[in-house]
Amino acid sequence: MIDPTQGGPAQGNPGQGRAAAGSPTDQRSWIERVPAGYWILGLILLIMPAVAGDFILYQIFGWSFILGIIALSLMFLAGYGGMVSLVQMTVAGLAGYMLAIFGVSAIDTISLGWPWYITIPLALIIAVAFGTLTGWLAVRTEGIYTIMITLAIASAFFYFTRQNYVIFNGFSGFNGVLPPNLFGVDWRAPAAFYYLTLFWAVLAYLVVLYISRAPFGLALQGVRDNPRRMAALGFNVTAHRVAAYSLAALLAAIGGILLTWQSAQISPGTAGIGPVIDILVIAVIGGLRHPIGPFIGAFVFVLLRTFALDALIAVGLSGERFQLLIGIGFLVIVFWSPDGLLGLWEKLKAARRKDPLLDRGGETPGGQR
Amino acid sequence: MSEQLSASITERLGATGTANALELRGVSKFFGALAAIEDISMTVRPGERRAVLGSNGAGKTTLFNCVTGDFPSSSGSIRFFGEDITAFPPHERIRRGLRRTYQISLLFTGLSVRDNVYLACTGVSRSRFSFLRPRRDDSLMASADNLVHVVHLDDARDTIVSELSYGQQRQLEIAMALAGAPRFILFDEPAAGLSPTERSELIEILLGLPGHMGFIIIEHDMDVALRVAQSVTMMHNGRVFKEGNPAEIEDDPEVQALYLGDGHG
Repeated sequence: MIDPTQGGPAQGNPGQGRAAAGSPTDQRSWIERVPAGYWILGLILLIMPAVAGDFILYQIFGWSFILGIIALSLMFLAGYGGMVSLVQMTVAGLAGYMLAIFGVSAIDTISLGWPWYITIPLALIIAVAFGTLTGWLAVRTEGIYTIMITLAIASAFFYFTRQNYVIFNGFSGFNGVLPPNLFGVDWRAPAAFYYLTLFWAVLAYLVVLYISRAPFGLALQGVRDNPRRMAALGFNVTAHRVAAYSLAALLAAIGGILLTWQSAQISPGTAGIGPVIDILVIAVIGGLRHPIGPFIGAFVFVLLRTFALDALIAVGLSGERFQLLIGIGFLVIVFWSPDGLLGLWEKLKAARRKDPLLDRGGETPGGQR
Repeated sequence: MSEQLSASITERLGATGTANALELRGVSKFFGALAAIEDISMTVRPGERRAVLGSNGAGKTTLFNCVTGDFPSSSGSIRFFGEDITAFPPHERIRRGLRRTYQISLLFTGLSVRDNVYLACTGVSRSRFSFLRPRRDDSLMASADNLVHVVHLDDARDTIVSELSYGQQRQLEIAMALAGAPRFILFDEPAAGLSPTERSELIEILLGLPGHMGFIIIEHDMDVALRVAQSVTMMHNGRVFKEGNPAEIEDDPEVQALYLGDGHG
């Protein structure tokens, strides 16, 4: 379980990309130049439980990985497909609800108590079906209208779950939704949960990175840049977009199940309008151009969310204003770097490569453009 | 799906022997009240190479857009190798062997030359939805490399498209139109903006296409058009004005008047 996370991120992607496609893309070339970074990051993440406390492992890293996975599903749609969907947190929430309804929870009047090997696949299937259906509706629209239609669906889900007591148990939702004691491990123990979420985060990351260079991912980026041309190459643009929604829903559903286990509960607030927007903020803060972006964004978001309160109280402000801090951070990042923290990082790297004599960066090949 | 496909294959096979490559009957396209093309009828045999001439605004590109389905036609019928494709979405027409290039290159500027052609190859193959990356010996990758060679872009194979010269981008357009097994191609002003050297290279590429591959070429440059085409359709104000072989068209006084610029009305 731990091994794949070790070798994967370090050597898997850049090498494969090169061997398979033969030509490095502009998007990923900076990573190919620093493969050592992958090794170091992988090693740090692996030995983290030896140095970090339970709170850091469970609340900071666990939560970051989970939000990162859900934001990654948005990054896949928005970054590669050009479709900004606000429904990803809703898909995650639906997967969590299905887990609670079909599986075991403290609300045993509603929960069916089926075993995990039925409930988990069922939750994933239902969430993917829901995501696909949403996509099928949303791909007929573009830009702001996609955002509006997905936001409408997300709001409808929130209000429906809050008002429906027969299936969704209304305002209080479900508590006591626990991961199965597989292999005799308590997966909610901090170190175990850390590795569980790390494993799925790394897997989701690698899958997205891999698909970005596979025919499906390439075509999705083609559809983003030039749908008319893609149709003239024989691609069914609508079908391609809907399929992207399905894959994104699968990622979001995995995140949703982990999120439900983390807090052991699922309620309407989990997929309320606030969290729905948070996912967008996370993805944009991190950067939509590369699948590592959402994880960076999620880490920053969780840090702010956790510590901003104390920091604000320390300087004499009300702790409730952490949202303000996140908002200001969002503004600053978007203002200075539309590509998020990833974009800032790339700018820094470009600046360091500048030739001091010519005063020119290495990254613009065509001077006339 | 497969049943539908096999049905269309039989239909196609049955049709290929006798049917025309392209048959337009009374095709019109209105933008509001404006008729961009009106009542166009045109028949092109398999393997035939035809030039479409006409001044700006004559409706040549609109005609292409109607044939490929980029904009559906307002009325009339379009048959492609005997099959009525009038109501088909663009990708279905492309999968039946129709191809086109664009007057203003529509390329994927962030991708390399080879990846652009590779995309074109996957578009008309079954691996459109493949989640697996191509292997080293991938047949589509091999045919992409081959097409890059056909349009003389070997040296620029791994170059990102935004770094290509204008002429190279035009050549790449052609490579993408040749992907898969095209039966008929629409070239929209492939020579526009090319240098004399690039023009002769283009003529060489066009003349080098396999004999069964018919095409229509929109071209302002008579030298290019008449060298590669066996027949000519002259369009004016959205209608077919004259049809004939290159020599007839060249000598036609009305056509000459049009091309000298005093033939309006």
